[in-house]
Amino acid sequence: MTQQPMVDIRGVHKFFGDLHVLAGIDLQVAPGEVCVLMGPSGSGKSTLLRCINEMEQISAGRVYVDGMLMGLREVVKDGRSVLYRLKDSEIAAQRSRIGMVFQRFNLFPHLTAVENVMEAPVQVKKMPKPQAREMAMTQLERVGLSDRADHYPAQLSGGQQQRVAIARALAMTPELMLFDEPTSALDPELVGEVLGVMRELAASGMTMIVVTHEVGFAKEVADHVVFMDGGVVIADGSAAETIENPTHPRAVEFFGKVL
Amino acid sequence: MTDVPTPTGKPELIKPKPVFRLDLWIWAGIVLVLGAMLVHALFTNPNFRWDVVAQFLFDARVIKGVGWTLLLTLAAMAIGIVLAVTTAVMRMGTNPVLRGVAWAYIWFFRGTPIYTQLVFWGLLPVLYPKLSLGVPFGPEFFVFTTQEVINAAVAAILGLGLNEGAYLSEIVRSGLNSVDKGQWEAATALGMRHGTVLRRIIIPQAMRVIVPPTGNETISMLKTTSLVLAVPFTYELTFVTNAIGNKNFLPVPLLLVAVIHYLVITSVLMVGQTHLERYYGRGFEGQPSGRPQNKRAARQQAIGASGTVNDVTNLEVTP
Repeated sequence: MTQQPMVDIRGVHKFFGDLHVLAGIDLQVAPGEVCVLMGPSGSGKSTLLRCINEMEQISAGRVYVDGMLMGLREVVKDGRSVLYRLKDSEIAAQRSRIGMVFQRFNLFPHLTAVENVMEAPVQVKKMPKPQAREMAMTQLERVGLSDRADHYPAQLSGGQQQRVAIARALAMTPELMLFDEPTSALDPELVGEVLGVMRELAASGMTMIVVTHEVGFAKEVADHVVFMDGGVVIADGSAAETIENPTHPRAVEFFGKVL
Repeated sequence: MTDVPTPTGKPELIKPKPVFRLDLWIWAGIVLVLGAMLVHALFTNPNFRWDVVAQFLFDARVIKGVGWTLLLTLAAMAIGIVLAVTTAVMRMGTNPVLRGVAWAYIWFFRGTPIYTQLVFWGLLPVLYPKLSLGVPFGPEFFVFTTQEVINAAVAAILGLGLNEGAYLSEIVRSGLNSVDKGQWEAATALGMRHGTVLRRIIIPQAMRVIVPPTGNETISMLKTTSLVLAVPFTYELTFVTNAIGNKNFLPVPLLLVAVIHYLVITSVLMVGQTHLERYYGRGFEGQPSGRPQNKRAARQQAIGASGTVNDVTNLEVTP
């Protein structure tokens, strides 16, 4: 198979001062694949996710999304590779092609649900407002919230807020969606509605990288499950391999507690 | 089967008698006596010459002084707000040169007394009789006589405005900093650029932190205008009333005239301030929420209820 991976992470390291958060990560995600990142807190899952869309700058290695090198331009001069950092506007353009959903939703509280979804298409893509509103309503319908379009985030439940956040990310028609523990801040009875939207999104062929502790979701939806600990990938395989038949002692211990 | 008690209509509501608060009555008595003493001392002392106060309270020169004081306050605040937003955004920006410029501006204008600054503004025509636009050490394109461009009123407004901008800049900056970092992350992850994030996402939320202390600064500015005699600018309320008082050898009643006018204006501003605080305090705990009457109020309440803005309570800075 020679298909170009949607996400190609090669030898990525990340230091926060002396702290070695990511210690050499290699990971490929093919187009349309759902990759679930699991592992104990502090294992570097969220940092890895944030390195993919340049929310954090990596210390070593390369991250490619759909073939483009993230955050840098690499020029080969006389057989030597020179790296230039991209301009803010270029990084912003790269980010606009990657959707991100946060643990704390981070909806814009001064905007209604539909305004939240419209904001980036209008401000970044310069889409005319009537067209953006129409498109935003379609996205809200997709997450089952068209009847809440004129509500402010504070008037919505956590599950509804997270669904609006997913619609907001989808409004930029991203090629890749990153989910950073999207259900961890939700009351248990609200987790299902968010996972439902994510399940449909996966079925529609979206490439997704999901950091989550939801084992059920991982087993059902993930094409491959990555187990991380101490800043390295310990296991990368199907849900059956990584979760149900772990071989590495750390993975055995972790899934023994989670399941 | 035992009888199941059937729910009776309305429960009997508790209407208790309030606790008798002796301390309240004791304090009321003390304050009443002290207040009576104060009123007595104010109105029976012949030195206050209330007849003179009444004579000059609406004197044309005094009313003009009130007008100039209001004009200085508003103009200085306008300059201050523009400078404050500009320098606060510069300090939060990605350009280290502009960050340094903003820092130096705040350092200088907060670090020196406003009175001294006003003296320098007044001396500008003496220090630099001609102002020119051109290349340093090179040719000059335009030449002005400083006296014509920077008269006393302009010097006073510039002096007050530049000083105020430095203080307000810190208020604006803490307002911008009070917005949750997650808002920056969500906006940049969507591909918005620095300036767009500030303008569309951060500033609208920071307003609730910035506006109430700015109202406070306006009240403070009203009284700071009395220092422009350092320029010297001689038409505002304090200078005018002092001048009349000295000429009539009756300084005390004219001071009272000034006090009354300042208190009336401050009271009006305080009513506005209270409304601003209630408007921007919507949705925070302990604030009456209720159903907001219009879209703007609903928006403020939604921001407050979301908890993405930290309430900064120690923001009462005055020069």
